[in-house]
Amino acid sequence: MTRLLRLCILPWMAACLLAFAATAVTAEEHKKHAAAAVEAPKDLVQVPKPPFSEGIFPCSQCHDPKSMAPNTTRRVLKDMHTDISLHHGPDTRWCLDCHDAYNRDNLHLANGKLVSFNTSYQLCGQCHGDKLRDWRVGIHGKRTGSWNGAKQYLLCVHCHNPHSPHFKSLKPMPPPARPEAIQLKNGGAK
Amino acid sequence: MMDQDACQPSPGAPCPSGENNGRREFLGAAVAAVATALTGCGKLSKEEFLQHNFRELSKEEVLTVIERLEKEYKEKYGKDVKVANTPALPGVMFGYALDLSRCIGCRRCVHACVKENNQSRDPEIQWIRVLEMEKEEGVNLQVAEQYYNPAEVPREGHFYMPVQCQQCKKPPCVKVCPVGATWKEKDGIVVVDYNWCIGCRYCMAACPYGARHFNWGEPNLPSKDVNTDTHYLGNRPRAKGVVEKCTFCVQRTRKGLYTACVEVCPTGSRKFGNLLDKESEIRYVLENKRVFKFKEELNTQPNFFYFYGV
Repeated sequence: MTRLLRLCILPWMAACLLAFAATAVTAEEHKKHAAAAVEAPKDLVQVPKPPFSEGIFPCSQCHDPKSMAPNTTRRVLKDMHTDISLHHGPDTRWCLDCHDAYNRDNLHLANGKLVSFNTSYQLCGQCHGDKLRDWRVGIHGKRTGSWNGAKQYLLCVHCHNPHSPHFKSLKPMPPPARPEAIQLKNGGAK
Repeated sequence: MMDQDACQPSPGAPCPSGENNGRREFLGAAVAAVATALTGCGKLSKEEFLQHNFRELSKEEVLTVIERLEKEYKEKYGKDVKVANTPALPGVMFGYALDLSRCIGCRRCVHACVKENNQSRDPEIQWIRVLEMEKEEGVNLQVAEQYYNPAEVPREGHFYMPVQCQQCKKPPCVKVCPVGATWKEKDGIVVVDYNWCIGCRYCMAACPYGARHFNWGEPNLPSKDVNTDTHYLGNRPRAKGVVEKCTFCVQRTRKGLYTACVEVCPTGSRKFGNLLDKESEIRYVLENKRVFKFKEELNTQPNFFYFYGV
């Protein structure tokens, strides 16, 4: 009886092994594909320019390394940029954690790699990885254009001010009219 | 009466259409009289009165109907209104997902929808109703408020749930329509033939989502507000006495565009796409997020989903 069972089980096990090998390969391939997708967002999608305050970019207009040596000491800014109040983990970071002291027109990642303001999502994604993942597939954030073709997406900073990222409250548009407020008019219900 | 015009420029003039003319003229006049008597007003043309259900029309008949409608709209609004009859795209089943963790209840969608879909402005018919609910209660219609109007949204301790037509796979509204004036298209959109609707409002009673709306009066649509890009089964201007509803902006989505509510949402809570496309945003939501259907227990099987994005 046991021999019979074994005989039955053997091919089943072999099949399982094969199946496992197959899934391992497909999983690896899948990973590759996923990585490729992460590196290059679909060609169809274009980014509008980051929402700079007027006249502020390029930063090197004022922050010229020749005329102004960068002061890398952490401090509260008193002369310039006093309009910026940091509500984005102020205890643990300040300007130069994201802005690069020596390449003012760029940002930098935690590992020092420079990123342009056009791809600032890489910087945000260092901490907010789950949001970045959803954003890449069009779930977090807004996409406009065509559901089956060219789309436009927004950068994180279009909706979230990087210095104070909480989504701002809005005034709601008017509510529907209550039934009792609807007046009878010519051609109306009688 | 249009086809009679050719024969009636001056009384007594010979008509080229032959000897049948007398009888035809009489029938035409009789039908027009019946139409006038039945509808209680003289606005309904004979052609409109005799028009069949949209699904029974041949291609040529559809074109004739559209030509007549465009002419009527031109007279009424002084604008060239284009009435399309774009069919459903093959291999497409539209699906919609709304992120309850992001919606802030600003009602931008409600008003963008009115603008896009030529609803009556006064009283304003709105196809989207945003419900304000308490976080402590969860999705509970007993404590839902649709007339909220604070200075700013979102209000502390509240969340917002916009409700519109759920484009059910088993639509109770279609089942109850006694004349077949509403049906489900191949891409999943439930549409209404406004010219075939008799205004009995059975569908409104059957819909568990309050998604259908009735034109109690002559719709008040100022000509400056008319969106001239329309679809026969979608946003073309309606008449008094017919039911209307969200059509996933059929005039836009069958051209590949997003719906007006998706385009306007400032929080990106609204997701739209093809349920049959594995790469689509909507499929990603269904496969990776916590999703629910509104009033699932009724087995209406909506193609509209709510999810939690965080």
